[in-house]
Amino acid sequence: MSLRRLSLGLFAALVAGTAVAQTAVRPAPLKSGIEFTGAEVRALQNDEFANPAMLWVLRGTALWTQPAGKDNRSCASCHGDATTGMKSVATHYPQIDKSSGSLINLEGRIQQCRERRQNASPLKYESEELLGLTAFVRMQSRGMPLAISIDGPARAYFERGRDFYYKRVGQMNLACAHCHQDNWGKKLGPEIISQGHGNPYPGYRLEWQTMGSLHRRFRSCLSGVRAEMLPQGAPEYLDLELYLAWRSGNLPVETPGVRR
Amino acid sequence: MAARIAVPANARRGDNIEIRVAIQHPMETGYRTDDNGTAIPKNVINKLACRYNGVEVFRAEMGSGISANPYLSFFIVAGSSGELRFDWVDDSGVAGSERAAILVAG
Repeated sequence: MSLRRLSLGLFAALVAGTAVAQTAVRPAPLKSGIEFTGAEVRALQNDEFANPAMLWVLRGTALWTQPAGKDNRSCASCHGDATTGMKSVATHYPQIDKSSGSLINLEGRIQQCRERRQNASPLKYESEELLGLTAFVRMQSRGMPLAISIDGPARAYFERGRDFYYKRVGQMNLACAHCHQDNWGKKLGPEIISQGHGNPYPGYRLEWQTMGSLHRRFRSCLSGVRAEMLPQGAPEYLDLELYLAWRSGNLPVETPGVRR
Repeated sequence: MAARIAVPANARRGDNIEIRVAIQHPMETGYRTDDNGTAIPKNVINKLACRYNGVEVFRAEMGSGISANPYLSFFIVAGSSGELRFDWVDDSGVAGSERAAILVAG
């Protein structure tokens, strides 16, 4: 084999190597981000009153029964008492929406309900209202592990999410996996790198001094590695949300969580 | 401004009782700028007072060093049954208030 053929062959092998799909793996043992935050933040999250995210939940609780839109219907008009009607519902998101056949998360479902059932104007993704409602609904599944499906039509979304997770991006040329899969538990500046689970969101971040969605958290990470930040609700983020939901295994929902 | 107040519903006369207050507020420091570089004016809850049956029993004067969504906790001595009233105002003049009933035995 000539040198030229050999180098071509090597090149082909390299290209093939990068194209090989990463196998989806969960970190072991699974640890919620709350285990990396320190005692003070843990205490803040566990104290039902002091937890600042509860202020948004309070808003969501009020919105649940507040009529909206042209049809003057509230969430409660159809779903009734959220403590029973919404129990464990959030554990099945993101899921394939039957009407459109595409992936939808909890925020998307609330928006769809507003549009189709309430005849109301959509809420902005990161608005106080949508954060409040999403946190309120998801809180009804607190303590329960996620139970999403990655089979059938969800498979393609899951695989795209996994590819996003392992794809190097930005000026720092890092993938999600480089920090949260390969190096969790080690220090990054003063912080301990967590496993990067989505279980506390929507949640309160002390860095933000406010409540934020999981997609806002994605944007923070992408900003950190100096990559392009996509808008909240972007299809890529939905794929990633599904992958992370699978990756969190049996970790319980912690919404409304508190993080540094 | 959403707010949460925690007052024990029942107390005995002479008891020290804990009062907890959490208010949703950005507590804008005045040191930040927006995306265009324009300074965001300072806007914090500068005063919060708690009156117990009309008598002021606690007052806080806050500044830009207090974090967003302030959470305060303090103790008062239970006197007689009645009402606790909380009033606060921020730099932009927006005021808020909450009230809570308390039942004192003995």
